[in-house]
Amino acid sequence: MQPIIDYITSYLSSTQTPGAAGNFFWAFVYILLVFVGLSVAVIAMNWLERKILAHMQVRLGPMRVGPHGLLQPIADAIKLLLKEDIMPAEADGFVFWIAPFIVVLAAFTVFVVVPFGPTHAITDMNIGILFMLGVSSLSVLGIVMAGWASNSHYPLIGALRSSAQMVSYEVAMGLAVVSAILMTSLHGLGLYGAGVAGAGDTGTLSMIGIVQAQQEQGVWFVFKFFPLGLIAFFIFAIAMVAETNRAPFDLPEAESELTAGFHTEYSGFRWSLFFLAEYSAMIAVSSIAVTLWLGGWLRPFPNLLHGATWNLVFNLFPGVTFLFLAAIGFYGTARMPKHPYFKIQTIGLAGFGALLGLIGLVMFIPAVFVRVQDIYWFAIKVAAFMYLYIWYRGTFPRYRFDQLMKVGWKILLPMGLGLLILTAGMGMRSEIWMGVVVPLWHWAASIL
Amino acid sequence: MNPPVATPFFFYLLSGTMLIGGILVITRRNAVHSALALIAALLAQAGLYLMLYAPFVAGVQIILYAGGIMVLFLFVIMLVNLERSQKERQFNKQWLVGIAAAGALGGLFITIYTKGKGIFPDRAMSAAVLSDLELNNTQKVGVLLYGQYMFAFEIASLLLLVAIIGAVVMAKKRI
Amino acid sequence: MDTMLHISTLHYMVLSAALFLLGVIGVLTRRNVVIVLMSIELILNAVNLNLVAFSHYWQGIQGPNALHGQVFAIFVITDAAAEAAVGLGILIAFFRNKETINVDEVNLLKW
Repeated sequence: MQPIIDYITSYLSSTQTPGAAGNFFWAFVYILLVFVGLSVAVIAMNWLERKILAHMQVRLGPMRVGPHGLLQPIADAIKLLLKEDIMPAEADGFVFWIAPFIVVLAAFTVFVVVPFGPTHAITDMNIGILFMLGVSSLSVLGIVMAGWASNSHYPLIGALRSSAQMVSYEVAMGLAVVSAILMTSLHGLGLYGAGVAGAGDTGTLSMIGIVQAQQEQGVWFVFKFFPLGLIAFFIFAIAMVAETNRAPFDLPEAESELTAGFHTEYSGFRWSLFFLAEYSAMIAVSSIAVTLWLGGWLRPFPNLLHGATWNLVFNLFPGVTFLFLAAIGFYGTARMPKHPYFKIQTIGLAGFGALLGLIGLVMFIPAVFVRVQDIYWFAIKVAAFMYLYIWYRGTFPRYRFDQLMKVGWKILLPMGLGLLILTAGMGMRSEIWMGVVVPLWHWAASIL
Repeated sequence: MNPPVATPFFFYLLSGTMLIGGILVITRRNAVHSALALIAALLAQAGLYLMLYAPFVAGVQIILYAGGIMVLFLFVIMLVNLERSQKERQFNKQWLVGIAAAGALGGLFITIYTKGKGIFPDRAMSAAVLSDLELNNTQKVGVLLYGQYMFAFEIASLLLLVAIIGAVVMAKKRI
Repeated sequence: MDTMLHISTLHYMVLSAALFLLGVIGVLTRRNVVIVLMSIELILNAVNLNLVAFSHYWQGIQGPNALHGQVFAIFVITDAAAEAAVGLGILIAFFRNKETINVDEVNLLKW
């Protein structure tokens, strides 16, 4: 018994992720936590999307199922589980069955390397960002198989269009990512610091290493070599929306065009797997964007606003956020109609507000917010991206398919290539100056 | 820091997946099932690369092979629409000669491996060396690619350009 | 039993040879062009496995910087991508002309 307890407690004083430390128990615990957290995030995203989209369209959204529709996702989940499972007559059974499985597998495996903090990741692979890009490109296979196995022309066209779009925007994503990876090998501090490392010290592909490089250089990569980092971030932000088949690039699954595209023939639980995978993929590519450009788990302005008071202010952010959400809950409770039919809903909403307030108060304890701080900042940045996704859906009209492919290949790809060359040039500018321009100048001067 | 764990189990699991995938590729009637079996074999191969302390090659295998080339194969299979070909004869008339030739090749391999077993004696590396092998693998591969093999790298990029233009020209309806 | 349990370079060589044989059988016996192309991919993968296994072997002897096998494997993967693209382009052009994808019906030059 004692060796087991030693095995479990030996990790607690470690400075590594459980995967790197080789501790199976804690790796398993982290996997469970990430899985549960992701499921809760997907459920919350479902509710948030319907409510925020509704408010943007000057209507109310779901209001009946729970107080302000808070229990709507649960009702949706129960409905999907109880629906009849239809398989088309001539469909290929095995491929039809395995397609949603592959898409969910690809969308969830990506979270093995996502860093919520310097030790709060399941593992820290040496090739972290390469692994994330590769595994998220496996979901294209699932979509192609789903479209083909349905044996019907709407899903087939939808699947071909969707996979062509995803493959095209993967190229633009990859170039933007390489542009950010180039910046990890620099050692100069500040916005324009180049300072190329010595012979033995190089950049890194590991996700935790990328955020630590931003920490050492004292600047988020979105602001590095301004405006190059910003343009790279924009290219990635556009490409990631297209990669996850979301508006305005959602032609392959638009209801008015293709009767729901590649998942037309899927019903019930299988459809909910696709939907789960789509939201998980959204959170995954947002995590890539946050890690590479927005500083991962780092708090804003660590150098500009430093000192004991500013540290305290930023440490209070988690608690204040939850208290703010609790205040919104109590405000909603106060505005509930005073009718006996609404008694249970009012009590429910007040209880929910009280729960959020309790979590907010717990977050004020120093022992808690020291540990939760990294996860909180990471989650807030990813939540901002989720809000942007919903905002895009409510604002932009849909791209036609040829316009979509034109943007991917003719606009984003050349921009990405040019940006890569400029970033490399900016990073090596002193070497290029000393090694190329100055000798050329001397040679030209010696001729004349 | 991290000693290798359960190596024989993972090796036999992954190699079994690859062999079964390979057998399914060459025997399935439906081309999409063959493609799926090949994807499984390629992913198992990426796992084997990880066991051989080559994480960068494993990452490249997943991105390029499983996520790029196989998507291309699946696209073409769907475009070519093989409904009729599933009902035809699958193996050609010279299958016996083919298997005999492969058997001869197999016999050659077995002879070489049994006679030359001692040429490459395996020196076991200590756990400390092994755990350091994959720490800077990508960086070292990068140094080799852009240093010693720079010429081959440029030629490979030219080859890809030729392949892109060739594929576009050949698949067009009218040149 | 001990040779079975301790995984050495020979194990990877035998696996690579087995995959190569499967690919060769696929190329020589199947009529469907797409499956022939997929068998060629199997052959290339077998070669890659051999290269990376020997790269690991030489790392034990020449030190951790002997990664030439892995670099060669990357070039083979690049080559395979280019060849698959061109091969499938030829397949599409061929299918458009003859409406069949069986290799033994490509017999226009037979007298």
